[in-house]
Amino acid sequence: MRDRRLKYLLILPASLIVLGTTIWPLAVSLVTSFRDWRLTRSLTPGPFIGAEHYLTALTDDPDFANALTVTAIFVAIDVAITVVSALGLALLLRRAGVLHSVTRAVLILPFAVSPALVGISFRFMFNAEMGVFTWLAGAIMPPLQGFVWLAEPTAALLVLVFSDAWRWVPYMTLVVLGGMAALPKEPEEAARIDGATEWQVLRDVTLPALMPVMAVVAILKTVFALKMFDQVVTLTGGGPGQSTVTLAYLVYSIAFRWYDMGYASAVAWILTAMLMGLAVWYTRLVLRKASP
Amino acid sequence: MSPDRAAAARRRRLIWRGVESAILLLVLFLILFPILWMALTAFKRPVDLFDLTIIFTPTFDNFRTIFAPPWNIGRTLLNSTIVAGLTVLISIPFSTLAAYAFSRFDMRFKHGLFFTILATQFIPAVVVVLPFYLLFRDLGLLDSHLALVIVNLAIVTPFAVWILKGFLDAVPTESEEAALVDGATRLRVILDIVVPMIWPGVLVSAVFCFILTWNEFLFALILTRDEAVTLPVGITRFRTERGDLWELIAAAGILISIPMFLLASVIQRHFVRGMTGGAVK
Repeated sequence: MRDRRLKYLLILPASLIVLGTTIWPLAVSLVTSFRDWRLTRSLTPGPFIGAEHYLTALTDDPDFANALTVTAIFVAIDVAITVVSALGLALLLRRAGVLHSVTRAVLILPFAVSPALVGISFRFMFNAEMGVFTWLAGAIMPPLQGFVWLAEPTAALLVLVFSDAWRWVPYMTLVVLGGMAALPKEPEEAARIDGATEWQVLRDVTLPALMPVMAVVAILKTVFALKMFDQVVTLTGGGPGQSTVTLAYLVYSIAFRWYDMGYASAVAWILTAMLMGLAVWYTRLVLRKASP
Repeated sequence: MSPDRAAAARRRRLIWRGVESAILLLVLFLILFPILWMALTAFKRPVDLFDLTIIFTPTFDNFRTIFAPPWNIGRTLLNSTIVAGLTVLISIPFSTLAAYAFSRFDMRFKHGLFFTILATQFIPAVVVVLPFYLLFRDLGLLDSHLALVIVNLAIVTPFAVWILKGFLDAVPTESEEAALVDGATRLRVILDIVVPMIWPGVLVSAVFCFILTWNEFLFALILTRDEAVTLPVGITRFRTERGDLWELIAAAGILISIPMFLLASVIQRHFVRGMTGGAVK
């Protein structure tokens, strides 16, 4: 009876936090995205100009088109590498063994490293003169000797993917391992008794059962790849040229280098809209399993 | 199976074992090498930086240097501790209450609310920070601990609610109900019975949120300048006009990472829950 009011009181503080720290800024950004507001000209918001910023971004801004392309390529490669590697590694790590348990034990480490630091470390290791990875790549593939990774657009983007995968593949492997542990053992055993080869068991029994987990991994990784910001700042600085400017980094540049708050908000909202789409998809997937 | 085919199968298995070990060794190398290299670099003198050898005379100078002026990393370390600590202290109690309500009660708008809280983790931090930057500028709160704590609550709270609800759902409700029948108030029951039962969950969510806040970069980059700078932004200060001071970056990097490695291993088993909540058990 008294619970009837209490339950709302219990969720009130957390709801207020979410309202104040997420919903409110989202709403303000949305409103700002329809205004002309450059901090260099005025400290107060300018007039409403309709959807002009959105039109500019989508039809008439090479920087936006570039960032969209860079982000799409980055997300595609990053997600593909993460999903495939995490699945493969988790399948290998299912078995018992010394190497297996050592690897399982260190999987948690990269995710505990600050992404900004990951970026700086990779910048150091791919440094032209003294980078250990630069040297290693040259030692394994002699044509790559003296190759300046971060000065080549494609190579710089790949290094960015590498640094992100370094952080995420081990973590996602843990996620897949968690999913595998929750699977019932019987179907695999039944298939083996029926004379299926290991490959057939994997293809026809294990992988289909893992699809829900892999969907979670793919969606989550897409989200975090789309939001990717820290390593762009500390690893490539968006360069060379604009070859590694992601959407999140573009928003940051527009807002805090050119101080165009209106346009920055519009680009930020385009990115937000994409992520909201994924959020709806993801929560449907998750809520079906763990309904509140 | 004929002996020949059995032998062939055994050979194939042996070869596969070898391939598997090789792959795992490569994975171990890829995971550990960047960390070890950073650790080694932290003990190198600047002259040894260009040497790719692992044999050098180690020095503690880099750690002495980063704690001394002008770097004063101790200050930055303190800022990170204050910001992450306060964020966790504010977020976890409120998240526990909310998670309890989501776990135990039926409510109107429950689905919508829960969906909203869940979905906020998908929102890019950069869209959240723009209005806060303008607000904090007007209020004179730029470069303050308070500003960072407020925006970090946005990131941390949904995760905490998620994790805690998972733990609460797994706990039986009999002892709660018995206490309620005996006349205890709901709040007493939560504090005296429920919280002790889900203490591991409280710890896991607190540690997870502490790590997230400790490593947070974008907010700190935009909202701090000098006084309230936290460690991830602090390390970028070692990239000076004189060039990148890699040995100092590495020393500071070790300083940031070691406590997080320890914390992450404490909650190792539950770490995955943080991001995926109930999606993956």
